[in-house]
Amino acid sequence: MTATSVSRPGATPADAVQPRLPGAWRTGLVRGQMEVRAFFRERQTVVFVFAMPAIVLVLLGSIYGHEHATRGVTVVQLFTAGMIAGGIGATSFQNLGLTIAAERERGTLKRLRGTPLAPAAYFIGKVIQVFVCTIAEVVVLIVVGVALYHLHLPTSAAKWWTLAWVFVLGTVACSLIGIGISSLSSSATNSFPVISLPFLVLQFISGVYVPFYNVPPWLQHIAAIFPLKWLSQGLRSVFLPAQAAALEPTHTWQHGQTALVLAAWIVGGLVLCLTTFRWRPRGDG
Amino acid sequence: MNSETAIHVRGLRKSYGETLAVDGIDLDISSGEVFALLGPNGAGKTTTVEILEGYRHRDGGTVAVLGQDPANAGRHWRARIGIVLQLTAEPELTVAEMVSMFAGFYPNPRDPGEVIELAGLGGLTARRGNQLSGGQRRRLDVALGIVGRPELLFLDEPTTGFDPEARRQFWELIERLAGEGTTILLTTHYLPEAEALADRVAVLAGGQVVALGAPATLGGRVSQDAQVSWEAADGRRTLQTATPTKVVAELAGQFGGEIPGLAVTRPSLEDVYLELIGADR
Repeated sequence: MTATSVSRPGATPADAVQPRLPGAWRTGLVRGQMEVRAFFRERQTVVFVFAMPAIVLVLLGSIYGHEHATRGVTVVQLFTAGMIAGGIGATSFQNLGLTIAAERERGTLKRLRGTPLAPAAYFIGKVIQVFVCTIAEVVVLIVVGVALYHLHLPTSAAKWWTLAWVFVLGTVACSLIGIGISSLSSSATNSFPVISLPFLVLQFISGVYVPFYNVPPWLQHIAAIFPLKWLSQGLRSVFLPAQAAALEPTHTWQHGQTALVLAAWIVGGLVLCLTTFRWRPRGDG
Repeated sequence: MNSETAIHVRGLRKSYGETLAVDGIDLDISSGEVFALLGPNGAGKTTTVEILEGYRHRDGGTVAVLGQDPANAGRHWRARIGIVLQLTAEPELTVAEMVSMFAGFYPNPRDPGEVIELAGLGGLTARRGNQLSGGQRRRLDVALGIVGRPELLFLDEPTTGFDPEARRQFWELIERLAGEGTTILLTTHYLPEAEALADRVAVLAGGQVVALGAPATLGGRVSQDAQVSWEAADGRRTLQTATPTKVVAELAGQFGGEIPGLAVTRPSLEDVYLELIGADR
């Protein structure tokens, strides 16, 4: 080669300061925007993750009509509150579990790991995607409930506050468990037994597909270990009148215990993520 | 150019359980050099490259890539390298979205539009990942590897699945990047590729470097006997000789000018390569 001074692209003199890398927030925002776009473009997730709860709700609504669970409360209203919990679980737990397992298998994570992207930016993108999609999910289900099943929007500030904290704690807990469980799924093909099946079972025993008072006590006890039962109970406390509390196992809404269980899952889920998260598929390096 | 070392490897070792994948490799690759790693499957190429890329940990030896140990180099180091991985594209994002997003990860990226053109994806910017053909996905891999304006580019079997025209375009791109001073480390199975692009090649076999040199001189290629062949009156004749020029001069005398069907060949890089890795022909 000749001695002409071809400056190396992007090179910095050894004594110069290193170039400023794009910040995690900025790149995280861009990733979030792309994640939301990709979510709504993929027909599979739009139908089986996003639209599924609304479809099941309308089915249950047609089957159970306007049967009453207790005075002034229809079974369908119970289902609507429960289905909002199911929807939150779908767009946080199920969606993250499935997409991260697929991203790991496809090499998306490996490719990102080979760039200067801050790992935090990847997770910021996921948080944005989950919150945008989950809020949209909740809005869709509330609209269906209000339009078809006489669901009442919260009337007091206290109820809105309950909705806010139940939503945030529930979404964060379900997301962290979803990220953690994605590592257990060694390929996108075995994600059904690892992710979708447990989620389906939990929806049956946590008051989403079946009124919780119809679930046998031993299954109620199992459901009480997981966040979905508490999430659906918390949402019933928001959308149903006070007398519906009589249908709960303890005849109260148990807000304190709901917050505690969800918070415990957030801590546990965070530990699970930090200890198990892998950028590469299992058995690859 | 400069004599700065981009990649410095001494005594690199890596085993997977009982299997020794890399068994004491030494390499020195200068800044601005195009270097090819050749070798059969299982020779240790990918393991070596992935250790240099920071994806894999080594068991022993010293490694410096752009002056840093890839095992614990940070984001600033990653901003200076580019890795072309052969992956399934993101199914729902378009070519333009992917390239622009990746450009945003780097402090001094190339213009995404320019990169898309360079990679031969012009006209496909609105195409989503799941609508790209195999060859187009490879081009997207290349685009994502170079968008950060890397000083050092890793290419692992980059032209697998390319048709001949795409391969030519890709070679032109590599030559252009090399012309701009980018150091390039590529692995390939395709020997004409190494011959066309690389300043030097190393042949790996059994986790060791068995030959190292310029493609033209590898394995004593230039000093081996040449083959001279031509059309004689009684059919095609071939002669092995250490002095092909003398043979051709004599033939020219015999024919009194043009020698019909004259060909002078040396062992091809492939011949030398197959001999080096001990393959049966």
